[in-house]
Amino acid sequence: MALNSVWVVVDRSADKVASVAFELLTKARQVAASVEAVTWGDASGIAEQIGAYGATALHTVGDLGGGLPGPAVAAAIAEKVSGGSGPDAIFLAQSYNGRDIAGRLSARIDVPVLTNIVNLSEDGLTTEHAIFGGTEILNAKFTGSGPGLYVIRAKSFAPEESGGAAAAVDTWAVPELGPVGAARIVSSHVEETQGPKLDEAAVVVSGGRGLGDAGSYKLIEDLAKLLKGAPGASRAIVDAGWVPYSHQVGQTGKTVKPTVYIACGISGATQHMVGMKSAKNIIAVNKDQEAPIFSISDLGVVGDVKKVLPQLIEALQKRG
Amino acid sequence: MKHMNVVVCVKQIPDGDQSSYKLDPSSHNLVRDGKLILDESDSYGVEMGLQLAEQAGGGEVTLVSMAPGSETSGLRTALAMGAAKAILVSDPALAGSDALSTAKVLAAAIKRAEPDLILTATESSDGYTGTIPVQIAEILGLPAVTFSKSVTVSGDKITVERQTEEGYDQVEVPLPAVISVTAGVVEPRYPSFKGIMAAKGKPVEELKVSDLGLDDASVGRAGAGQEVTGVEPAEARKAGEIVVDEGEAFQHIISYLERIKVI
Repeated sequence: MALNSVWVVVDRSADKVASVAFELLTKARQVAASVEAVTWGDASGIAEQIGAYGATALHTVGDLGGGLPGPAVAAAIAEKVSGGSGPDAIFLAQSYNGRDIAGRLSARIDVPVLTNIVNLSEDGLTTEHAIFGGTEILNAKFTGSGPGLYVIRAKSFAPEESGGAAAAVDTWAVPELGPVGAARIVSSHVEETQGPKLDEAAVVVSGGRGLGDAGSYKLIEDLAKLLKGAPGASRAIVDAGWVPYSHQVGQTGKTVKPTVYIACGISGATQHMVGMKSAKNIIAVNKDQEAPIFSISDLGVVGDVKKVLPQLIEALQKRG
Repeated sequence: MKHMNVVVCVKQIPDGDQSSYKLDPSSHNLVRDGKLILDESDSYGVEMGLQLAEQAGGGEVTLVSMAPGSETSGLRTALAMGAAKAILVSDPALAGSDALSTAKVLAAAIKRAEPDLILTATESSDGYTGTIPVQIAEILGLPAVTFSKSVTVSGDKITVERQTEEGYDQVEVPLPAVISVTAGVVEPRYPSFKGIMAAKGKPVEELKVSDLGLDDASVGRAGAGQEVTGVEPAEARKAGEIVVDEGEAFQHIISYLERIKVI
């Protein structure tokens, strides 16, 4: 068996296409002859972009009326699959909405789901998963019938345009959802950030427990700004409430692949490493010489971040 | 709401960081023969459930868990925090269950408790599939709000701050519902000595797959629609230069950044 047709669920925030969608479309095109995209909200405004990455059709479930994407998108796809016009595989992003849609869809059409995929075999049938903090690669595949649900981590594939024409847009009806669709978004809040986005920045400077207190996170922000990078964080200080969740790098946070990742006061729990170990260069500053982060660092500085960072910031400021 | 019965799904996982985990070479299942503990990610849901029941002025927290070998050590921790009772599904037929089968088992067990609210973590710390909360909601025909960083109840409605890529959405959902909470949503209490003693006597109802009206063949390895085909070591990243700071280490960082042309 091979994958002839793949549907890619295009994740978006507001009306912008999430960059991971282009990564998934690119990979879908490499493993399957036919690629179509499914989304919500306005589709005509993004049909050209989606087509440029190889999807011939773009289906939208339309305006969600304040509802969450999960139930509506899953129900609409489930109808098509149950009606016999489903694809061989469905690709979704390992994002908040991607996981919601995958979970709903999986239960609705009774098919399994594989999550945290970081690579696919050439035929698209075997998945790769980085486990135990990325020290081992596990291979898996679907064994049953029905489209496999592939939930893929961002940054697993490089996006490449195909030069395709605008995708043909149509609207898919959403069946009556009942109680599963009862959640309503009342308001949306954007946390203001300056500089590049965390998952797109060439330089990421992240802070952890070793900073000692929430106020010292300013050192991370200052250094990131000087290097035109983005500030990140370990789960420990996000859980402690020092910085918002949107800063978190790791298994439950963002995956980053910058030119250089500077880990400050981060010991290197497996949960963190899986989100940053693909950085081209890793610099770590930590008091504990035994910290696991040093085992994957290109340059490791054994020292107190509260001493090293101010010196580094001052030296960079002097260079102008 | 005068009364709030909360089910909290909890997982009992091997103690220690993932780097100490092992997979069974033939079954590729995670080896769980050592001590199992309450997944720390689940302690937030337990705390949240206890707080919501207290605020409602009545009701209780029921734990629902699936684990091999009648394991209860993690459940006892959550009972010691204040949960009233637990339902444990333990059955050799469950070995090798995928996420969907697990959700079917948990959903069937949850139903028995007739909860007003179901709380879960966003994902477990050992398997981190992250789809089970929504799969449970779909199976039970309930709404779900995932990745919640704040939960407040007013009447029979819950208001949640749901994490988004850029910030958060405020989401309202009627009860009953499934809510998955992020770590840090509340500060989990430490079990008191009194709590630990009381936990020993709290009821843990142990069930088999057949008690839930499910077929053995629909769960475990037999019911899984996916299989592990192999495990291999990832390409290892080598440790590089290590410098001990004696006041000049920042210059090594500057040189390194110059060399890779970041500055």
